[in-house]
Amino acid sequence: MGETRKISLSVNGKTYEEEVEVRFTLADFLRQQLGLTGTHLGCEHGVCGACTILLNGRSARSCLMLAVQADGQEITTIEGIAPSEEEMHPLQEAFRDNHGLQCGFCTPGMLTTLIEFLGDNPDPTEQEVREAISGNLCRCTGYQGIVAAALDAAQRLREAKGV
Amino acid sequence: MKPPPFSYHDPSNVGEVISLLGSLENPKLLAGGQSLMPMLNMRYVMPDHVIDLNKVEGLSYIKEDGGTISIGGMTRQRDLEYSDVMKAKCPLMHDALLQVGHRQTRNRGTIGGSLSHLDPAAELPAVCAAHDAVVIVQGPNGEREIPFSEFPLGYMTPATEMDELLTGVKIPAWAEGHGYAFVEFSRRHGDFAITSAAALLEVGSDGGITRASLTVGGVGAAPVRMNDIEQALIGQSGDEERFRELCEACREIDALGDVYASSEYRQHLATVLSRRALVKAYDRATGKA
Ligand SMILES: Cc1cc2nc3c(=O)[nH]c(=O)nc-3n(C[C@@H](O)[C@H](O)[C@H](O)COP(=O)(O)OP(=O)(O)OC[C@H]3O[C@@H](n4cnc5c(N)ncnc54)[C@H](O)[C@@H]3O)c2cc1C
Ligand code: FES
Ligand code: FES
Repeated sequence: MGETRKISLSVNGKTYEEEVEVRFTLADFLRQQLGLTGTHLGCEHGVCGACTILLNGRSARSCLMLAVQADGQEITTIEGIAPSEEEMHPLQEAFRDNHGLQCGFCTPGMLTTLIEFLGDNPDPTEQEVREAISGNLCRCTGYQGIVAAALDAAQRLREAKGV
Repeated sequence: MKPPPFSYHDPSNVGEVISLLGSLENPKLLAGGQSLMPMLNMRYVMPDHVIDLNKVEGLSYIKEDGGTISIGGMTRQRDLEYSDVMKAKCPLMHDALLQVGHRQTRNRGTIGGSLSHLDPAAELPAVCAAHDAVVIVQGPNGEREIPFSEFPLGYMTPATEMDELLTGVKIPAWAEGHGYAFVEFSRRHGDFAITSAAALLEVGSDGGITRASLTVGGVGAAPVRMNDIEQALIGQSGDEERFRELCEACREIDALGDVYASSEYRQHLATVLSRRALVKAYDRATGKA
């Protein structure tokens, strides 16, 4: 093992204190050290978006960050977006209802990306949704179902807020 | 694909960064990581030491003073995109940023990283060329200011010395209400441009152009300012046919050819995109767009 460091970070609301190899990417740390394998790795060089997580609420590619850089930060992964064990996040429901996924490989990255995007832009146009997910590759759906799901989720989220 | 072993340093001020750069063998600065991390993961670069700039104080800011906008080297592309100062004073950069990668990469990527990486097709270097920006670097002998025209020394090679880091950029703003446009051609939204064009225009009350800047990106190692076209634009009105004629000069650019596009194709794109940028900038200056 190479050089290591002790880090303390919050993942999905839970605090972890871990010794981590400094060259470990955040993605590998989440998957291999914390066992949170919901964050997927497609390309490991920033192109596919499957590894997208939320860093202090902002979407970021976890393959392009070192785990040591997450020291003291708040991370949300796909495992942490649903409100409870029984309930799904409105985006998850919309993806299910609109065939927003087939194999599901791209889905964690799509959802984390869209959570931030819909927070910034609660009433997007179809074109804006397409641009928002331009950094996330899907090899199955042809994107149509994903775009429909995002627009549907936007509406559900607006209704839940009473707008 | 994993980064090779290295030692990690996370200094908290610029002085420490400079002394680390001066004392360590084979170091590499890490900013937003959106270009360096892929190169580490693929082991294109194998530094012995990674010096992380993310905890260095005082490198992330957007300030306006008189006619100059000062931006810290570690300012994230996202913060520039959402900045009201930038939208009001340097709308060309806002236009360009929307085409830099994706939301997730802009959340991390910095202006200093983009200028230092100096990809020939990158948007932010083209904006700096268009605006006659000044790059500020700091090293053991203090601070140096480098006009952007002298910043690229060659292919992906900035004028920053090995023991220096980029700490900021100064951008002279153009007159209020000036026209601007950043247009590019890429295969997919968010990809690096194959070729891009950036235009800035000031237009008098009679509709005549009084000041012009036209930059073409993605054709060579560094963005190219089209000085002859800029001069010929002075006094012109917004006649698209005239813009078209003037932009024909872009076919003479010494453009590179690679697997993505031939040199002729890049010259053609430069010609078409320059005209589009000028038309859009003129329309914006005169309130038509
Ligand atoms: C999927 C994807 C798409 C992208 N698309 C585009 C695009 O369309 N257009 C575009 O322009 N870019 C694009 N990029 C790259 C862009 O996101 C990067 O932000 C940028 O190129 C580098 O900035 P960074 O802050 O991430 O720097 P890093 O990756 O951390 O560093 C890049 C280089 O600059 C050096 N460096 C960094 N900061 C300094 C400093 N202050 N002083 C001296 N040297 C320094 C580093 O040592 C390294 O060599 C894309 C990236 C990805 C992953
Ligand atoms: S695995 Fe991170 S972007 Fe593809
Ligand atoms: S559902 Fe299979 S990659 Fe998107």
